[in-house]
Amino acid sequence: MTAAPTTRKLRLASAFDVERIRADFPILNLKPGGKPLVYLDNAASSQMPQQVIDRLVHYRTTQHANIHRAVHTLSEIATSEYEEARRKLARFINAREEREVIFTSGTTESINLAMHGYGRKFIGAGDEIILTTLEHHSNIVPWQMLCEEKGARIRVVPVNDAGELLIDEYESLFNERTRFVGVMHVSNALGTVNPVKHMIAFAHSRGVPVLVDGAQAAPHMKVDVQDLDCDLYAFSGHKLCGPTGIGILYGKAALLERMQPFKGGGDMILSVTFEKTTYNTIPHKFEAGTPPIAAAIGLGAAVDYLSGIGMDAIAAHELDLLDHATAQLSRMPGVRIIGTAGKKAAVLSFMVDGVHPHDVGTLLNQDGVAIRTGHHCAQPVMQRFRLPATARASFAFYNTTAEVDALVAGIRSVQSVFS
Amino acid sequence: MADPKSLYQEVILDHNRKPRNYGTLAHASHKAEGHNPLCGDHLSLTMNLDGDRIDGIAFHGESCAICKASASMMTATVKGKTRAEAETLIGEFRDMATGKLDLTGRPHHLGRLTVFAGVRDLPTRVKCAILPWHTLHAAFNSVVSASTESEDDPMHAPIGDA
Repeated sequence: MTAAPTTRKLRLASAFDVERIRADFPILNLKPGGKPLVYLDNAASSQMPQQVIDRLVHYRTTQHANIHRAVHTLSEIATSEYEEARRKLARFINAREEREVIFTSGTTESINLAMHGYGRKFIGAGDEIILTTLEHHSNIVPWQMLCEEKGARIRVVPVNDAGELLIDEYESLFNERTRFVGVMHVSNALGTVNPVKHMIAFAHSRGVPVLVDGAQAAPHMKVDVQDLDCDLYAFSGHKLCGPTGIGILYGKAALLERMQPFKGGGDMILSVTFEKTTYNTIPHKFEAGTPPIAAAIGLGAAVDYLSGIGMDAIAAHELDLLDHATAQLSRMPGVRIIGTAGKKAAVLSFMVDGVHPHDVGTLLNQDGVAIRTGHHCAQPVMQRFRLPATARASFAFYNTTAEVDALVAGIRSVQSVFS
Repeated sequence: MADPKSLYQEVILDHNRKPRNYGTLAHASHKAEGHNPLCGDHLSLTMNLDGDRIDGIAFHGESCAICKASASMMTATVKGKTRAEAETLIGEFRDMATGKLDLTGRPHHLGRLTVFAGVRDLPTRVKCAILPWHTLHAAFNSVVSASTESEDDPMHAPIGDA
């Protein structure tokens, strides 16, 4: 598409030039089955811009060695790049100090780290953990494992028909046995943006720490952990234009210092004898073994890329897409949107009357439209809405309104096949 | 890869809209539940064996079009057949769906069930098509509950060219 010079100038002036951004993502040029790829499965995993791909290649071709111990130059370079990535992540979420950022393999490992590091040390028999109906299985199962081991129990915050947490119910769940709160920032199944800042403040008024699962928030909005005042915050790199196998757990330094190590091994120790091991300081205490160095550096490049565009601009564009999609789907007879919270991020779950979501997904795929179908690892949400599964379109900043229109046309075609 | 649209042929859409043998037999001699926890597909199969012959068979449940049409066409096909004939079809259908059966190179008994052949190119949908057959196998063996994710299930077949 060639724009006239004046149009081009206007576009640049408008600060968000989606076509220019799309040029950074080589995968968006794919034509599966001869149809242009319309990638609307960003809540599952986002695509990677050339800048991040180049950074990984640069590391692999000129900077790789193991980190932290060797005296040779290459190891010093790799160590400094790895630690620079940590600084970038700390800035990205406005952490006070870079040692508050622990590299993990992703959100799931981050939450497991919180469970082992905090839960197994500080939560005991009869204690209570508050979670919400909206949680992803990764913020349910680790806590169930802890409850089974310790004899603690889980209390669940219910949601209304729009998919919004009932905050009065949340507050009434607190009692003298409440030890921990786990809540997702943005629902991966429904798109609800939860009032986590308020929930954190309330928990703190009762002396209870809060873990926020930010897997679906960090890619789509500015996250400021100091403003939220969360105790722990987890997210994954691969939903953020970074590589798979990398994510972080942010934690307040004082809390991380009180937590016990999750995995034992090299790098997480200061000294080892068979009689006694002294653990390393944070964040290294939680990073046993050789970490995914390249992936961490790639994630650093990804947050540079996103910051270059600006998280506020990203959020604004994605909300435009969501509004456009919501308006279109709301007008379609036989289509029902699941999750109609007042405040949503760019996730749109829907049902097509008389058609199972899996059939919707398979048929949309033939038009090149990639969406997710299933329970989205959030079976309690599906049970709450009495659905076996939903179809879910999730948008990223590189999607366009034309792609939303392709989704809408695809749904019409599904309806005609099943009419 | 085959055009996925070829999977949604009129015969499949028709069986999805108007499933045959849909319901529950009142006095079934054999029954089983089929469940795919990955997508929530669930079906209930009841069957009456007269000696070795399938005298009556019915199913009901919640599932996608592929699963429902597969169940509908399966019940229509196996009704009146012997257990041995049905077991042969179970094996052949599974091999077709997982791409192990060369439909042109080997004699088989699948007949119009070959409309499901296209599912072999859609690995995530293979289990949808197989679930009813899975459940029929479980019913023969008086296994009350079948699951596509059960490790010890003799029907458990890896997807693709394992």
